[in-house]
Amino acid sequence: MCVAPPFRIVELDGNTAVVELGGSRSTARVDAIEDPQVGDYVRVHAGLAITKLDPDKAREDLVLFRELGML
Amino acid sequence: MKSAQEELIARTRKLAEEVAGVAAEACTLMEVCGTHAHQYARYGLGELLPERVTLLSGPGCPVCVTTAGEIDATLELARIPEVTIATFGDMVRVPGSESSLAHERARDADVRVIVSPIDAVEMAECGEREVVLLGVGFETTMPSVAVALREARDRDVGNFTVFCAHKRLLPALDALMAAPDVQLDGLLAPGHVSTIIGWAAYREFVARHHVPCVVGGFEPDEILRGVLALVRQLAEGRAEVENAYPGTVSEDGNPRALALIDEVFEPCDASWRGLGMIPEGGMRLREEYAQFDALKRFGVEVGEGAEHPACQCAEVLRGAIRPVECRAFSNACTPANPLGPCMVSSEGACAAAFRYGERPGGMSESGGKQ
Ligand code: SF4
Repeated sequence: MCVAPPFRIVELDGNTAVVELGGSRSTARVDAIEDPQVGDYVRVHAGLAITKLDPDKAREDLVLFRELGML
Repeated sequence: MKSAQEELIARTRKLAEEVAGVAAEACTLMEVCGTHAHQYARYGLGELLPERVTLLSGPGCPVCVTTAGEIDATLELARIPEVTIATFGDMVRVPGSESSLAHERARDADVRVIVSPIDAVEMAECGEREVVLLGVGFETTMPSVAVALREARDRDVGNFTVFCAHKRLLPALDALMAAPDVQLDGLLAPGHVSTIIGWAAYREFVARHHVPCVVGGFEPDEILRGVLALVRQLAEGRAEVENAYPGTVSEDGNPRALALIDEVFEPCDASWRGLGMIPEGGMRLREEYAQFDALKRFGVEVGEGAEHPACQCAEVLRGAIRPVECRAFSNACTPANPLGPCMVSSEGACAAAFRYGERPGGMSESGGKQ
């Protein structure tokens, strides 16, 4: 959990989202972000999305996480 | 074509050279973020930077600054037969005065590791046991615990409580500046906490102490960009708040997260390992949420507690010594047999130093020069 990789919202139901990272899915709450949308990249901390991420930067980070074997 | 990793290394090296070019005088900087501590050790940033630039790790690991008395209180809660403890994984092996949650679990206590506080509410809803969530963490974690508490109230979950041991970062920075055994020239502010509180939150701190404060990201190049901004301020005789992590950290932080925190918690004086009692250094539940206070429900009090006599976590957390300077480091104290929290948590400076060891030349973890 040290360096939080970017999660992508793939489903939304009220304040609960299904988020995806490296092919595996989990749920996260989105109470703390404005106007969450399917497709948004978010930083998740303790099951709560705490910020939206710039999609280009998020994709770059994902490449790096993959190379470092962290995904 | 270069891989993303090679590019990262190249960027990081170049930034280290820039730091060397700018830093004219010796200076001591501190990062206050468990993730920084981890990345710092992992990439050997200390060796990449010129010798005159010292980057210390501070009290940025929430589990580590939790006091022995608070750990003892969690153990007392765990020993109550009807209680299930729901906790983030890092807390399980942290030693209290005489035991740890891991020990209690071996003696039949019910201790569950959760990823999200909401899971603890659901655990309570689905069962009969009293679920006690350990609320440990800085501003980054408070909103998710607040969401859980709000949910428990809305869904009327009577068998859910929180042991609120949350700590507020800013008051601790003041305490750090007042510590007689540390002299800091600049502060690298934590990215995650700043995502919530915003970089403007450091303005008063900077004005009070005249010390540069830069919000930094987590990748090694982002950390060094923060260091570069700090040494530049020092070279130019400035002391300002600067955001070297734009895009993620905004001036005012995350207003929704702040509102969640404010709805559920209110500041209170709190003791920090390594820094002692800090005015408004912690959070307690507001009156409206008092029914969810685990200490009240079970009549448990937080006492003094006793740290292991050989453990120097207090000094490590203040940056007064480095982990390797602790007498117990890597002999009496290892991740398999930790004497203090800094060796347990993945964000702890001792655990990071042990895991990645010394890195002569720097960057060896990621395939750089050995
Ligand atoms: S090495 Fe172990 S005993 Fe020493 S300060 Fe770190 S955690 Fe405490």
